[in-house]
Amino acid sequence: MVSSEASSALSHQFDDLEQQSEATTLGMWAFLVTEILFFGGLFLCYIVYRASYPEAFASGSHHLDVALGTVNTAVLIGSSLTMALAVHAAQLGRQQELVLFLLGTILLGTVFLGIKGVEYGHKLAEHLVPGPSFVFTGPHAQQAQLFFSLYFAMTGLHAAHMVIGIGVLTVLTVMAWRGHFSAVYYTPIEISGLYWHFVDIVWIFLFPLLYLIGRH
Amino acid sequence: MSQHVILPQTLYVRIFAVLLALTFVTVAVAYIDLGPLNNVMALSIAVTKTVLVILYFMHVRYSSHLTWVFVGAGFLWLLIMIAFTLSDVFSRGWLPFPRGWETATVFFLMT
Repeated sequence: MVSSEASSALSHQFDDLEQQSEATTLGMWAFLVTEILFFGGLFLCYIVYRASYPEAFASGSHHLDVALGTVNTAVLIGSSLTMALAVHAAQLGRQQELVLFLLGTILLGTVFLGIKGVEYGHKLAEHLVPGPSFVFTGPHAQQAQLFFSLYFAMTGLHAAHMVIGIGVLTVLTVMAWRGHFSAVYYTPIEISGLYWHFVDIVWIFLFPLLYLIGRH
Repeated sequence: MSQHVILPQTLYVRIFAVLLALTFVTVAVAYIDLGPLNNVMALSIAVTKTVLVILYFMHVRYSSHLTWVFVGAGFLWLLIMIAFTLSDVFSRGWLPFPRGWETATVFFLMT
């Protein structure tokens, strides 16, 4: 039985499932390396402009909601836990548990995006979205606009990654529900987990760098 | 070598608890005036959380050495990109402080 499962999941260019899984994981990491540098460019831009306009970045940061940011950080870390537990369930071939943890991860990811949407709504209402309608009372209005440009670019790109991640997990949930995965073959769950955790790591840096500047 | 080391569920829950605790620490520390150390603390906590996620949630600790090389290469090139760009920007006198690495470093830590 195991051998028939194994043969259906094994692509012909690999000797065995172990080798296939190793190659797939490395391929995913190669992709994540490009993602590190993709987000890295924005972080670099942030560093240069924050070093140039420290006061403007601090006063811009004070317009962000630390409570919502903290809750969202906790929600995203929670989704990483459910994702790790989904991979764990897949390793043990527990199909029902796998589906439940995948659904939990999708739910927490959606809650994160919902809270992010509420925050974006506040910024829109406060005229803090960069562009012709941007209004900022303070000595560094132009430079604060730069802060908010980076805020929307970085959190927006991050949110786009979350949307893609939720899409991927939805497909995986359906596949898991239909019994595509087993303790022998669950590589798609594993590498999608890598992607999800990567998106979590990006937020781990975005949260203190955007929300917590000069709070004391 | 094998990526199929199965870790106990309790380990994931414990890592989650540490990550959550570090999140609250980073928020609390931000409200205390530590001068230049505020940035150092924020980044140290973020790096610690990242290492925990990579080693345990992403199983890199239990992955092949080749995977370690891939992961390490990603962060090495990120550091090269940041360090070389800043060495250029900081030495051109565009920023609101005198030229030179020492003043640049001190200033950046203080912001």
